[in-house]
Amino acid sequence: MQLSLEGVTKQVGPETWLYPLTLAPRPSEVTVLLGATRAGKTSLLRIMAGLDRPTTGHVRVDDQDVTGLSVRKRNVAMVYQQFINYPSMTVAENIGSPLRLRRELNIEQRVRELAERLHIGQYLARYPAELSGGEQQRVALARALAKRAPLMLLDEPLVNLDYKLREGLREELAQLFASGESTVIYATTEPGEALLLGGHTAVMDAGELLQYGATTEVFHRPRSLREARAFSDPPMNLLTATTGTGSVQLQGGPTLNLQLPPTAAGTVTVAVRASALRLQPRTGDVALAARVELSEISGSATFLHVSSAMGELVAQLTGVHAFEPDEPVTLHLSPAQVYVFDSTDTLLIAPERST
Amino acid sequence: MARIDLDLAHCYRPEQAEIDYALLPLKMTFSDGGAYALLGPSGCGKTTMLNIISGLLIPSEGTVRIDGRDVTHASPQQRNIAQVFQFPVIYDTMTVAENLAFPLQNRRMPTAQIRKRVGEIAEMLELSAQLDRRAAGLSAEQQQKISLGRGLVRPDVAAVLLDEPLTVIDPNLKFQLRRKLKQIHRELKLTFIYVTHDQVEALTFADEIVVMNRRRAVQVGAAEVLFERPAHTFVGYFIGSPGMNFLPARASATGVNVAGQLLATLPHRAVPDGELKLGIRPEYLTLAAHQAPGALAARVTHVQDLGTHLLLSAALDGHTLKARLASDVAPPQVGESVWLQVISEHTCFYQDEELVA
Repeated sequence: MQLSLEGVTKQVGPETWLYPLTLAPRPSEVTVLLGATRAGKTSLLRIMAGLDRPTTGHVRVDDQDVTGLSVRKRNVAMVYQQFINYPSMTVAENIGSPLRLRRELNIEQRVRELAERLHIGQYLARYPAELSGGEQQRVALARALAKRAPLMLLDEPLVNLDYKLREGLREELAQLFASGESTVIYATTEPGEALLLGGHTAVMDAGELLQYGATTEVFHRPRSLREARAFSDPPMNLLTATTGTGSVQLQGGPTLNLQLPPTAAGTVTVAVRASALRLQPRTGDVALAARVELSEISGSATFLHVSSAMGELVAQLTGVHAFEPDEPVTLHLSPAQVYVFDSTDTLLIAPERST
Repeated sequence: MARIDLDLAHCYRPEQAEIDYALLPLKMTFSDGGAYALLGPSGCGKTTMLNIISGLLIPSEGTVRIDGRDVTHASPQQRNIAQVFQFPVIYDTMTVAENLAFPLQNRRMPTAQIRKRVGEIAEMLELSAQLDRRAAGLSAEQQQKISLGRGLVRPDVAAVLLDEPLTVIDPNLKFQLRRKLKQIHRELKLTFIYVTHDQVEALTFADEIVVMNRRRAVQVGAAEVLFERPAHTFVGYFIGSPGMNFLPARASATGVNVAGQLLATLPHRAVPDGELKLGIRPEYLTLAAHQAPGALAARVTHVQDLGTHLLLSAALDGHTLKARLASDVAPPQVGESVWLQVISEHTCFYQDEELVA
């Protein structure tokens, strides 16, 4: 199923929620809509679903114009942040409801299969209120999958779950999506979730579609600083620098030996991912002197926030590392691992990749 | 400031079958001035423990002692314990200063002293500029800071209990408040007990984390210890994303048998005989040379580029192993056979879910 949006906008009173946007998500694959809150993800999903009509522009499904066609006349499955189920129906009735509406055969068998796949097989006779949040969302997901709709839209479906539940369910969803039964659009605010889901990513910011491409490609080669920022968690370290011959001079920091395109001149922004800052030096590294603000520990990684003459920096270290606030620390950086953006924020160079 | 000793259990019914316990028997000490977190999934018993410490709940068995004094039946006021909840608890119509002064006025502290103390706490929480503003008009973050300030303002408070205090805080501001809480703990040196299901909050704030599961404290330790040497398989699973890899193993005098292969264990790590689980974290599972000692062959099922690193999934005897690989190496292909170093300094062995080697 090929969905395409052409010049779609959304104007609500004096406010623009979506600026002119053209997007043809890859059929039978996952497209992640990545952006902070108010980026326009939900507005776009609602237009895709037919819940809202775009102010201007067209929505097409396999070359048929469906702009303004109501959601009831489209074959779309949708999953929301909140766990939405029919409270008076059992789990089995909830999952089977779209199939009963279509008077399908073998409903019971299909329901059982889906429930097993989502690990809620033992709860078929229960009511949603008797289940935990994670289980309720599994019911909503199973019902959406039961529909076998060619288009499946998910609006931050895991955001209200504990991180351990999120981890397991995300992996199962990625496997279910891989079957290629549906074109899947998945909205999230988390860059890490986009990378875990893989597929393609559309980066959105303040009502604009910034970049669309293979998820890893967008991550490793953001077109401009705006895309790079939207696709970084923790935020990228942005350092002001001046260009020299075969080098850039960091303001308040060392000089990096870098070959920039000949057009680059004057002031540039050197962007460093948190994971590129290390405690152990390697050959060719530069050293950055800093002072610890806080070491945030996530379980398998440590986010070390420091202050330095170049401004505040954050380093992502593998494993657990305890630091005391105000402790001095030296971070090491390879000039080959930085991104450089010119004065108009356009990408000049990105780190080379071996893969 | 105080030291808190728990030696208790809490059961809702007199029959006392294990299932009826909201908190299974435990013995624990919170040292004076320590920063603690109670971490676990919903239903693990962490809120029950907090309510027992604060005096909102009387345990069905055992005692709570503060500085050696039995306070099992004392009210929260008598225990002199301050609490901060998920949602701000403030007087909307009062100013920030009046809110902060309230707990001191109740204790009839002289006005000049109150003013001084309120000034200090406001300074610490960066609320000085808002002291004369009505609390109602402030952001959720500032209101929660007032709640925190009301807990901290009494200089003689025995302990400060925080129950998911960052729930209402915007994700972008959480970092600042986490830093603030840590600073405040260092300056005031009060006993802090912080309850959360969020591992980042617990591990960042606390010097000692109490990991709870199924109404039991399964490990008490620093973040580093929970990561390096999980005392229980649940800790291995719960801390870290993804959690620890586990493989069934059987130990004998000649080594450990894992997935049909006999592997030599490290000479200084005595592994008890019998049925075991081998645990190794994805961060420590590395690619090894063909038939390297302590390595096993597995088939690659998935390689994900997670931007800053690669996540390799491999199948071994019906189990899935995950390994975190540096992104500057050429990754193996799906379907390929790789050797994974399952025995190393970082390998843990578990018997009946408890760490034995």
